[in-house]
Amino acid sequence: MTGAWALMAWPVIVPLLGAVLALLVGRDGVRIVAGVASIVTLVAVAVLAWKVATVGALHQDIGGWGAPLGIGWRADGLAVLMMLTVALVGSLISVNALDHLGNREDREYLPLWLFVWCALNALVMSADAFNLYVTLELTTLGAVALIVVRRDLPGLEAGLRYLLFALPGSLCYLLGISLLYGAYAALDMGLLAQRVQPGPVTWTAAALVTVGLCLKTPLFPLHVWLPPTYGGAPTPVTALLSALISKGSYYVLFRMWLEVFAPVLDAEVGQFLGVLGAAAVLWGSLLALSQSKLKQVVAYSSVAQIGYMFLVFPMATSGARSGAIYLVVSHAAAKASMFVAVGNIHQAVGITELGGVQGLAYRMPFTFLAMALGGISLIGIPPSGGFIAKWYLLNAAIQTHQWWWGGVLLVGSLLAAAYVFRILRGSFLPLPPGVEVRSIPLGNELAPLALALIALVLGLVPWFPLDLLAVGAAR
Amino acid sequence: MSSWVLYALSGMAMFSVGLVGLFAHRHVVKRILASNIMGSGVLLVLVALARRVPSGAPDPIPHALVLTGIVVSVSSTALGVALARRISRLQAAESDSARSRPEGS
Repeated sequence: MTGAWALMAWPVIVPLLGAVLALLVGRDGVRIVAGVASIVTLVAVAVLAWKVATVGALHQDIGGWGAPLGIGWRADGLAVLMMLTVALVGSLISVNALDHLGNREDREYLPLWLFVWCALNALVMSADAFNLYVTLELTTLGAVALIVVRRDLPGLEAGLRYLLFALPGSLCYLLGISLLYGAYAALDMGLLAQRVQPGPVTWTAAALVTVGLCLKTPLFPLHVWLPPTYGGAPTPVTALLSALISKGSYYVLFRMWLEVFAPVLDAEVGQFLGVLGAAAVLWGSLLALSQSKLKQVVAYSSVAQIGYMFLVFPMATSGARSGAIYLVVSHAAAKASMFVAVGNIHQAVGITELGGVQGLAYRMPFTFLAMALGGISLIGIPPSGGFIAKWYLLNAAIQTHQWWWGGVLLVGSLLAAAYVFRILRGSFLPLPPGVEVRSIPLGNELAPLALALIALVLGLVPWFPLDLLAVGAAR
Repeated sequence: MSSWVLYALSGMAMFSVGLVGLFAHRHVVKRILASNIMGSGVLLVLVALARRVPSGAPDPIPHALVLTGIVVSVSSTALGVALARRISRLQAAESDSARSRPEGS
């Protein structure tokens, strides 16, 4: 028992200790402390994932207090897959962020990122609905601090906007959880799943939980805060927000909906979420196509990609679940790669318009290779993680005789191809005269490429993540 | 209607008032206050729920949750107010420099 406890505790305790230590040491030690903490956390997550893959899902009651009074932690395949994603993608984004941000921001970025990492690891392992609220809030507060790390006006405004949309989201979730506790005297998700009955209280709670988490993720039409927030935040932070932090609230919704609420809700409610997801795919893609700023194209693409993830709720087969989670993972890698590439481009030419990419494919080959590979995964062209995800979703649509979701997948992929090619086409035009291209450190060019390669490898060897997902799954 | 239901319903009402206020106002301080009212509403619901079993002592778990909720709410309010203050200072500095520039040149 203690062995399991240590395995699960390390990925949360190490980044937390690292964050505190990194804040305490002077400016010279920050990178060393954060680097060591990151490496130890990566190893701890990998060991936990290996243990879960070989032995099976782990469960631990914190401090020996079991449900209903205590808080449980669980590490099943889904949880450790999320932790692996956060560890790999987050570390690569942070390597790039070091050079992208100034020296002063570095000192604050690294401890804050470690703090968010700790919160995300605790979130994915939590099996207690109230503990999920606490970890969601920790993630939000850390994210806001990361958004304002530059202390410039656009960043501060983006941070406050994010906070003021995330707060009501969390509070809606908390009210939903309170109603559930009032009716069923349980916060542990396993106990809740056994006890919930159809009825007005459960329906109200489900509605509050769903609306709150959709506001945080965000799902169309609650996405209005996303483009300005992603636009105002420093680009590496935008990459973290889109790739990892927004997935935290989606993960909570995925767990709550499929493990607790689905059996007591009518199928129409799932269809409703699916329709909103489909609307997000179409609306987000169309807006991505019509943006004039490079970063906003990538930001609106996130609205669309999140939409696909909600197609799991009307289908809810195990294949659809695999597809949705596979999309979460591959979108994390692909979108992080694209945002980091956008940051490189801004650094090189200082132009934020889409036209600024003109001629850059010749000057920044790795950055644009990353952009293209990330784009391939967003579109869903094989071999890429995005293709596997959409394949599973398409199969689920056919299997459940809901062919219209297949139509959404196809139209969304076409639109994604259009906005990705809009970026790539410009990059191959001749460099306009008078544009000065500053050289980017090689490490910064390689970070997005490494992220894009993760998305590619997810398409080449999907068995490991898919087998891992099946460990301890509900069915 | 037992008294705890009345308290819980008042909590729900506060939550709703805060939610409307948060999206109806543009002023940042008003929106932060509205989110506070929302939060207090949720906590009031939790406090009231502790009394839902008519006999015996109140259920202690919701009270423990309320304490945690208060800590979270204080932290996020502090963060929001700090951001709002810094934004208004930066905006004031910006408009000052915008005003003084034509005179200086």
